[in-house]
Amino acid sequence: MFQKILIANRGEIASRIIRTCQRLNIETVAVYSEADQQAPYVQMADESYLIGKPRVNESYLNVDKILQVAKDSGAEAIHPGYGLLSENAEFAKRTEEAGLTFIGPDADVIAKMGDKIAARAEMKAAGVPIIPGTEDAVANTDDAKKIAGEFGYPVMLKAAAGGGGIGMQAVYNDEELEKAFEGNSKRAQAFFGDGKMFIEKLIEHPRHIEIQVLADRHGNAVHLFERECSIQRRHQKVVEEAPSPVLSEETREKMGESALKAVASLGYSNAGTIEFLVDDEENFYFLEMNTRLQVEHPVTEQITGIDLVEQQLRVADGEHLSIKQKDLIIDGHAIEVRIYAEDPNTFYPSPGKLTKMVLPEGPGVRHELAVEGDSQVTPFYDPMIAKLVIHGENREDAIERLTKALHEYEIEGIKCNLTMLKRVVTHEKFKEGETKTTFVENYYLPTLTNH
Amino acid sequence: MTEIKASMAGSVWKIVASEGAQVNDGEDIAILESMKMEIPIPAETSGTVKELKVSEGDFVNEGDVIAIIE
Repeated sequence: MFQKILIANRGEIASRIIRTCQRLNIETVAVYSEADQQAPYVQMADESYLIGKPRVNESYLNVDKILQVAKDSGAEAIHPGYGLLSENAEFAKRTEEAGLTFIGPDADVIAKMGDKIAARAEMKAAGVPIIPGTEDAVANTDDAKKIAGEFGYPVMLKAAAGGGGIGMQAVYNDEELEKAFEGNSKRAQAFFGDGKMFIEKLIEHPRHIEIQVLADRHGNAVHLFERECSIQRRHQKVVEEAPSPVLSEETREKMGESALKAVASLGYSNAGTIEFLVDDEENFYFLEMNTRLQVEHPVTEQITGIDLVEQQLRVADGEHLSIKQKDLIIDGHAIEVRIYAEDPNTFYPSPGKLTKMVLPEGPGVRHELAVEGDSQVTPFYDPMIAKLVIHGENREDAIERLTKALHEYEIEGIKCNLTMLKRVVTHEKFKEGETKTTFVENYYLPTLTNH
Repeated sequence: MTEIKASMAGSVWKIVASEGAQVNDGEDIAILESMKMEIPIPAETSGTVKELKVSEGDFVNEGDVIAIIE
């Protein structure tokens, strides 16, 4: 095992990685910007190095500087966390070229899955379901009807050159398609000088469900079931849970198998996540692969008892995966909520001075913290200041514990989304498992106007 | 004379209006970047931009004056 690693990240994830390293007696090297001098992870690490100004381009994305610190400090490997450089293929490549181990998949795999078109082609070839769509432009209305018939309505008409909605329209039957196809093509021609149209199956009110995978460098891989992350605001997740409140055992198995097909086809190693859109009939379609640890990984840890960071370190170091698929079971239910420094009504950020932070305690309560009481929440980075992770015997129990914990949670000095989270998790529709990507729009936002 | 102030701490990502320009109430003067989000700073009155107090890339605190409109 490594003796010393560098963590090329900040905030709660840096602290979380350090905790596992401490347990495994691995020394840690933290890097920080001028805005993060007081951050808890900087104190927690065995060694900490200032790498630049607050803006990420001048600190956390400065590859040369980070590699220099890694070499000077004698670190053998770099853990990239999530965000920042974690899915930067060039960084992975340069880390390896510098004679260090990148704790993640190979650079060429990162590059491939970072390219939407290449990823889609790769998944299709591997036999992973993708959202049905045309690869070539559709010539005319008759061809369009034929294709829509094959995909099944509704379908989305999309202008090849489009963006921002022009030349894009959802149609629900032949009649609507007949009316829309030529018109959208003409508008696209007028706006973009290109009237080429594509057709894609429209997944309505989907759920966002992802499969966690773990693979070693020797071709062994397991999946660690799903996480449902449908509740989002501004296209960012707010509440995540495992297992999904609705998925059948049969679909769970099928999704797991698909995820493992993707892993095998890519020659993937380390932790990764395959994100799918799932419709009401539990059809699932590949969305994208995140070639790193996810923010919401703790819910998987809570229901499987596996420390994903430890596994990442072990497989990166060349160990064989010690976990077998048949030994994995789902133990209870876990829910994570992200605590954002933001206005709970407008979702606008709220940096400033945090004057007080009271954390709930109790069985099944886990905290991941980017800040501590009486500290400055800087405007330079993501508004997520903490994660609250709850484990219960079942979903009902987890919701009950979560509700209690959220009521005990106190944050003062800055605005935060605690009131939003309380409303979401106590909402009847949440309890019923109506956790669609449209949840915030359909069930949360309307509660604001009633107040 | 109206002072247009920053609604939160952040860096000035873009200056949209120029000095001497006519702006209408609600039109954006500048866009801040805070916590990875773009925050528009609108004129709260119609008039002429008399002075811009910040440049792109500057860091501002909540309440700092961005522009003066007359």
